[in-house]
Amino acid sequence: MESVLTAVLTLGALAFAAGLLLSVAAKVFYVPVDPRVGQIGDLLPGANCGGCGFAGCLDLAGAIVSGQTPPNACRCASEEANRRIAALIGAVLEEREREVACIFCKGDAAHARLRFRYLGIADCRAAELVAGGDKACAYGCLGLGTCVNACIFGALRMGEDGLPVVNPDRCTACGACVRICPRRIPRLVPVSQKAIAFCSSHDPGKVVKEVCTVGCIACGLCKKVCPENAIEIVSLLAVVDPAKCTGCGKCFEKCPTGIIRPASGEAPARRQAAA
Amino acid sequence: MQDYLLLIIAAMFVNNIVLILFLGNCPLVGVTSSMESAFGMGAAVVFVTTLAGTACWIVQRFALEPLALEYLQTLVFILIIASLVQFVEIVLQKVAPPLYRTLGIFLPLITTNCMVFGAAILSIKHDYTFLQTLVFCLAAAVGFALVLVFMAGLRERMEVSGRIPAALQGVPITMITAGMMGLSFAGLLGMAH
Repeated sequence: MESVLTAVLTLGALAFAAGLLLSVAAKVFYVPVDPRVGQIGDLLPGANCGGCGFAGCLDLAGAIVSGQTPPNACRCASEEANRRIAALIGAVLEEREREVACIFCKGDAAHARLRFRYLGIADCRAAELVAGGDKACAYGCLGLGTCVNACIFGALRMGEDGLPVVNPDRCTACGACVRICPRRIPRLVPVSQKAIAFCSSHDPGKVVKEVCTVGCIACGLCKKVCPENAIEIVSLLAVVDPAKCTGCGKCFEKCPTGIIRPASGEAPARRQAAA
Repeated sequence: MQDYLLLIIAAMFVNNIVLILFLGNCPLVGVTSSMESAFGMGAAVVFVTTLAGTACWIVQRFALEPLALEYLQTLVFILIIASLVQFVEIVLQKVAPPLYRTLGIFLPLITTNCMVFGAAILSIKHDYTFLQTLVFCLAAAVGFALVLVFMAGLRERMEVSGRIPAALQGVPITMITAGMMGLSFAGLLGMAH
């Protein structure tokens, strides 16, 4: 009888101590959470896909409440859900501009050097695992069409030069190609963006010149010539701000490697003549 | 010093907690589809196992043994592990939000992970001292995390290989891989105890 009592008392005391510890901790370490975070979390799809750039749906909900992101930052939520989220935080829903995927590399076989001949599995992710792929450029398109296969809308195809081509009419900006590419070469840009620097290389100019003739060498000429200050050199790569760019085309003329081009991706007439 | 080195190697590789002792096989299949989640889970397990193992040791030595209640071990250890994980979660959320976001979704999963419980039971069974328990739990958990990371690396490569028969894709090939990894770890058996 006594041993049963000891067991019950000990277990009870331990459980009580644990419960006490937890309730004290919950008070002492209380983190005020905005109730709207939970409400928005319920309205989001809950798939935790990460398409918005946050760690999960609840993380995004927190960012929406704190105003870091617009209420319609989720790419999968329905318009109805977006409207309700916006109503919850009292924001007016801004019309989000349609985006399309864009391939940030022009280094085809004629322009970019190869380090070795890759004969393995025809998948960019597999090629990337073999000593970082056959391209001498560590940022260039491997051209095995993994993004093309990932696109369920048929908006991508392989061009004759071995680089993927986007059909903007079919692209829904779902971001499947962006996520599957081991080098993040497809990226989403606003459909109205007029000038794009078609390169992903963060290497210094000297290295870029050694491996590719159509890479951004971060010379900064585009930045200097732009009348709207729409171009910044971010980590040795020219980036065009679509909100400021007017499409005047001064940078197309100036870029020594010709990688700043109209959004269609075709080199302006002067470049074609020179090539 | 050499004893501890031997203890670490034995816990980490020779008696690897997943591949030799077959504890914690659920996360080995469940969270190893990507390197990122395998690493997050591994880190969370290292953290919790070390804390839970030592906490269980203290309760065993200073509460259960003096009262001759060793038979309550299972019940008490589960209670301790569950409340400890809850406690850690509450504290982390306040003190280290970035760590909480990284480990966040894995912490509740660990509450019911038999690997954490196994490490606690084993250190009692082997009659370890406090320091030995600490080292053993840490090493066993690091061994667990290593296997998760190995597995995630293999699975990421297999996924892009495109050469796995349709019937074996996903979990089946993971089971086969786990078996082969177990065989290779079994090659170390008997090297250290």
